Amino acid sequence: MKIIEAKNLIFEYIRRDAEGSVEGITRAVDEVDLDVEQGDFIAILGHNGSGKSTLAKHLNAILYPTEGTVWVDGKDTSQEKHLWDIRQTAGMVFQNPDNQIIGQVVEEDVGFGPENMGVPTGEIWKRVEESLRAVDMYEYRKKSPNRLSGGQKQRVSIAGVIAMHPKCIILDEPTAMLDPDGRREVLRAVRALNEAEGITVVLITHYMEEIIHADKAIVMDKGHIAMQGTPREIFSQVERLKELRLDVPQVTLLAYELKKNGLNLPDGILTCEELTEALCI
Amino acid sequence: MLRDITLGQYYQADSVIHRLDPRVKLVATMIFIVSLFIADNFMGYLWGGLCLFCVIRLSKVPFRFMVKGMKAMTVLLVVAVVFNLFLTPGEPVLSFWRLTVTGEGIRLALMMAVRLVFLIIGSSVMTLTTTPNHLTDGLEKLMGPLRVLHVPVHEVAMMMAIALRFIPILLEETDKIMKAQIARGADFESGNLLRKVRAMVPLLVPLFISAFRRANDLAMAMEARCYRGGEYRTRMKPLVYHRRDRIAYGITLIYLTACICFGRIFS
Amino acid sequence: MAIILDHVGYVYEKGTAMETCALKDISLVIPDGQFIGLIGHTGSGKSTLVQLLNGLAQPVSGTIYYNGEDINEPGYNKKKLRSQVGLVFQYPEHQLFEADVFSDVCFGPRNMGLDRKESELRAYTALKQVGLEDEYFYQSPFDLSGGQKRRVAIAGVLAMRPEVLILDEPTAGLDPKGRNEVLDLIASLREATGMTVILVSHSMEDVAKYVERIIVMNGGSVMQDDEPRRVFAHYEELERIGLAAPQVTYIMQELKKRGVPVRTDAITIEEARDEILRALGQQRPHG
Repeated sequence: MKIIEAKNLIFEYIRRDAEGSVEGITRAVDEVDLDVEQGDFIAILGHNGSGKSTLAKHLNAILYPTEGTVWVDGKDTSQEKHLWDIRQTAGMVFQNPDNQIIGQVVEEDVGFGPENMGVPTGEIWKRVEESLRAVDMYEYRKKSPNRLSGGQKQRVSIAGVIAMHPKCIILDEPTAMLDPDGRREVLRAVRALNEAEGITVVLITHYMEEIIHADKAIVMDKGHIAMQGTPREIFSQVERLKELRLDVPQVTLLAYELKKNGLNLPDGILTCEELTEALCI
Repeated sequence: MLRDITLGQYYQADSVIHRLDPRVKLVATMIFIVSLFIADNFMGYLWGGLCLFCVIRLSKVPFRFMVKGMKAMTVLLVVAVVFNLFLTPGEPVLSFWRLTVTGEGIRLALMMAVRLVFLIIGSSVMTLTTTPNHLTDGLEKLMGPLRVLHVPVHEVAMMMAIALRFIPILLEETDKIMKAQIARGADFESGNLLRKVRAMVPLLVPLFISAFRRANDLAMAMEARCYRGGEYRTRMKPLVYHRRDRIAYGITLIYLTACICFGRIFS
Repeated sequence: MAIILDHVGYVYEKGTAMETCALKDISLVIPDGQFIGLIGHTGSGKSTLVQLLNGLAQPVSGTIYYNGEDINEPGYNKKKLRSQVGLVFQYPEHQLFEADVFSDVCFGPRNMGLDRKESELRAYTALKQVGLEDEYFYQSPFDLSGGQKRRVAIAGVLAMRPEVLILDEPTAGLDPKGRNEVLDLIASLREATGMTVILVSHSMEDVAKYVERIIVMNGGSVMQDDEPRRVFAHYEELERIGLAAPQVTYIMQELKKRGVPVRTDAITIEEARDEILRALGQQRPHG
């Protein structure tokens, strides 16, 4: 079943200069078609300004298409009456962990979404506990968010979204402001959600190594979809990735270099284990 | 580590007073303040002091924390006492230079001092035993009826809660910006007032830009989590009156009645 | 002419219940002109350390010497020190404030008491050094892209003509392209000026191919201090404290374990490629 579908999606915005007069029109998303199946793990890659975040904001009805249509769980996002249903179905986690936590206590923040949806009190407590356990933050429930590390804060944000029982969760560069430890924590939590709870994940990132576990990867450039396929298919096109200003992991690059020099290696090597395995046959 | 600053002055402890509904504490504090003006005689203050003492003991907050709140108010206290002492007309008791102290003056100054001290300690007990977000919750509920008059009660409470969360973050950011500018040779300390105000520009511009950015991000995050004002909301921690709250209201009422009686009998 | 740290210690919130040790007994010598990577994860003390170096914070114990003088001696000119030991903070948003890029870069030199002409000359030179095109000079710094803002922030410090340039996580929040551009810029700046450069980062891969010395911080102490390939040899220790050596290191180590006769100290992909080809080439005739 399709959870997200976009047909011919175009988004334009008007640029203004300092005096407020119109300078021009920028097309941030250009004729994008997208299909996400329920339970999928989709990664959207691209450098800053490639249109990936603008695309993401359409999936949660924060932005509406200039042309074309986006359906979330079969509902057209441009129709006002579906707004709250869509935001509940497709939860969103943003980049800066400090700017999306509202509560002064971890558990109160996780309860914020269900409160807004009008969930009864007893049920809110149940959901808060479940969600915090799902991201392994239950023991921090009484803490102030200000005392947590970046990775922990992002996990609280994820719990805040899960507590709304969404079918799909969209993460807009959730790791961009974190250190390597924090990035690992957040990715582990996201994978667990996808695998154990069956929640559809759309992960937006510019770190190539974060997409290794995705079912499908989409590379954006100048508002277009430049490449799509399985991570392996994407990683096998090293030259194209370099052109798109993306960072190819060292293993993949090394494998590519070795192959160019005549070694017989498979395409799109993703991990160190795969490479050593292939070299030692 | 500016993030560790706690706003307000909450003192964590497990006591009956801590557990009371914030609405009870707000109402009781208000009644206590009013009572200080009703029972304005020795017996009345003795009664008020006794009750206040009992509440402090029950709250398990060390007395020195109450006194802390008083330090900030010392100037006000001294001014009030001095004014009453010298400017009250009546029977002169003591007179030097051009100043006269009257019997009424001494009495009034003493009363004023006691009243102010009680007032400060009384409200400290409330703020020391109630977390800031509980306080905003309580205020929102108490002010609820004002919604009929189109007062945006929920919105104001939400704003207070958000401010409480972001003030420590912005304080930390201020520290970072200050360091970044000092590293470029900025000087925030020396010079006259005008120079000091001008020196604040490199600090305030980045701070405001960041604050607006955060506000924008936060608004988007709140909307993404289905926030649409107070109308359809349920509460994770709704304020519910328990038996202890009803008892506390009863005690407050008894206290107020006693004050009124003392006011009548001894004046 | 160097920075010398002699048994330096630093403590947060001294004398309160929140007292935490940020740096423990650090002794280091940073000679002129060296290119250093200072690595550690969040909370390892690396940011505190660089703030001590230009007098933004004072050590609670030990002494810091710059060009032979104790920088925390009463009467030492800290303002001058800050123009000699330039520190660029992590987020350019924390320092950009003027209406246009050019005035913002002038801020540092003006604070040093230089006249208008000299300040503008220095600002111009600095902006050229960081490779910002003229068309951006009179734009608002807030309209620039992340990478450009970073360049302007670096120019703002360069305009003070420092002898030492410290950059606190200059690539945080940039995309791969922006990151590589900023790192290449820093390397070329050093090449051109011969300044001492200290690059603070939590990524080994980022700094590996640029720096000549890596200092690894953990829990407020120096854990490793050596040239990159020798530091990466301790990759297992690095992993234990939440840092990773470049992927290349893992591949070479793993190959060696599996009996491929490679040297394990390759850092760049090119080195690794040549080394693997050499080892396999050798191996083939026998096996």
